[in-house]
Amino acid sequence: MSKLKAAILGSGNIGTDLMFKLLRSEWIEPAWMIGIDPASDGLKRAREHGLATFDQGLKAALEEISPDIVFDATSAKAHIRHAKLLKEKGIQAVDLTPAARGPLVIAAVNLDEHIDALNVNMVTCGGQATVPMVYAVSRVTDVSYAEIVATISSQSAGPGTRQNIDEFTVTTARALELIGGAKQGKAIIILNPAEPPILMRDTIYCRIEKTDEETREKIDRSIREMVKHVQTYVPGYRLNRDPIFQDDVVSISIEVEGLGDYLPVYAGNLDIMTAAAVKVGEEMAKKRMSTVK
Amino acid sequence: MAEQTKISVTDVTLRDGMHAVRHQFSVEDVKEIASALDQMGVSHIEATHGDGLGGSSLQYGLGKETEEDFLKAACSVIKNAKPTALLLPGIGTVDDMKRAAEYGIKAIRVATHCTEADISEQHIGEARKMGLETVGFLMMSHMVSPDILVEEAKKMASYGAQTVYIVDSAGAMMMEQVRERISALVGALDSSVEVGFHAHNNLGLSIANSLAAVEEGATRIDCSLAGLGAGAGNTPLEVFAAVTEKRGIRTGLDLYKAMDAADDIVRPKMHRPIQVDRLSLTMGYAGVYSSFLLHAFRAAEMFKVDPRDVLVELGKRKVVGGQEDMIVDVAVELEQKQQALQK
Repeated sequence: MSKLKAAILGSGNIGTDLMFKLLRSEWIEPAWMIGIDPASDGLKRAREHGLATFDQGLKAALEEISPDIVFDATSAKAHIRHAKLLKEKGIQAVDLTPAARGPLVIAAVNLDEHIDALNVNMVTCGGQATVPMVYAVSRVTDVSYAEIVATISSQSAGPGTRQNIDEFTVTTARALELIGGAKQGKAIIILNPAEPPILMRDTIYCRIEKTDEETREKIDRSIREMVKHVQTYVPGYRLNRDPIFQDDVVSISIEVEGLGDYLPVYAGNLDIMTAAAVKVGEEMAKKRMSTVK
Repeated sequence: MAEQTKISVTDVTLRDGMHAVRHQFSVEDVKEIASALDQMGVSHIEATHGDGLGGSSLQYGLGKETEEDFLKAACSVIKNAKPTALLLPGIGTVDDMKRAAEYGIKAIRVATHCTEADISEQHIGEARKMGLETVGFLMMSHMVSPDILVEEAKKMASYGAQTVYIVDSAGAMMMEQVRERISALVGALDSSVEVGFHAHNNLGLSIANSLAAVEEGATRIDCSLAGLGAGAGNTPLEVFAAVTEKRGIRTGLDLYKAMDAADDIVRPKMHRPIQVDRLSLTMGYAGVYSSFLLHAFRAAEMFKVDPRDVLVELGKRKVVGGQEDMIVDVAVELEQKQQALQK
């Protein structure tokens, strides 16, 4: 069966990890990697794995190639330029930067709604990890307030995140409301420099409408089902402990271990982004191939 | 000493002290305490949720009052000192800071874990643009060497911080550690950048450490009335006023007013005494973030484990400030271990 031919924009850690995941895909073939640094390790790895590479950015590359789909793993600033170029050419884009030009997509929750969108945004790592949990609660009973605390290892927080940490908290909070279904959302991020580096860890608090025993059991089940669902594309996603119910608050604690494709396993926060992007791209591919037939 | 050393004191009763009262100070409490503080010679009065702007949360405890009411109450009565707020990037945002400035805040202290200064660039830069006096706050400074602290302090100064603090969040430092850290910063930073010190009394050393910091060139010291603060509290303002006067260090503090406010206003508002007890002492001993105290107490009660075991385990895992959620997770693990042993 044929596959969608993809270009990966950005030859940094994220772009390179994404390539390794796409190389295993049955639906997408990573054909090109586009960077701006000819000496980057990412472009070297890409060539080793048979991808054609470009080191003059997207505009120059698009004169020679016409990908079916583009994954952007550069920066929010660069993506604003890229989004325009790709839109002009009618190329579908999965945006892993915080630029948020297109609708926000959490792979486990609202992927179907935006499967035909020309540009989708992957929110934040904290969003990909925690919004599914809020959604798992809000599909059982109303959530008036959801709060998440994402703790990641310092080593896995790049300069982009560090220079604009507000973007993380604001965008994640928005996704808790828009996609998670909470009336009000709040996000907190903590960097921990411990050696050896810690795995990504998230605590999710939801203030719930109904608190009777039956509802609690339903919420517990719903959470476990959602964990299994996320595990289909992020195998290292797991509960640290049973959900705790106290008064009208349920608290959920999860840990995300990465696959260690290119990024180290502790960088589960980055891994969940690339894994979610692949999932979104694959669903888009399935849909497009079935309609082409 | 030919010339007397002159320093200024920032009071944190209405910020760090909030940890000790589970962030439950009312608008009336704030006005009463801030008015008294404003009459006793402190240069800055910090008033915010214990975890800074945006800190009111399920993770850290919800504030009794909204941030707006709390800050406006403080700013409305402060005439002499600078109303100040704390901000932890990752919890509070630039937008929170802009709102705080509208409520009347004149100075902002931007706090990060001591190795993560680069997440403060955005907030320190914006604060300077807004014309706020800007302070960098390196938390948990006992965890790393003076060399690393110098690197991180330089980053904060390069973003625009006018003062950089060494913060002993765990109350784990001894006098020598304070001395080498403060003197390293004083030696390495441009002379236009002030160096400050924030103590916790978990090992009973807050006064001694604050004095050592001044001797090494720190010109900004944090205190709170009756020591009200996380863990075993901060450097007690009234005690610091007394010892600095005896040492000939000029602070501008009014000793009797400080004593009266500590005993008559703050002590009656305490939920439990601020003291070096087995829990706060364990924090200093194990090097754990002082704000964890009441959370650890509660979690230990809920899961029937010794809170000291929880704190020691958190210390081993090198948990940093803000990771209050780990307290429950560790308590659950210890409970499970206990149950496994009993079987």
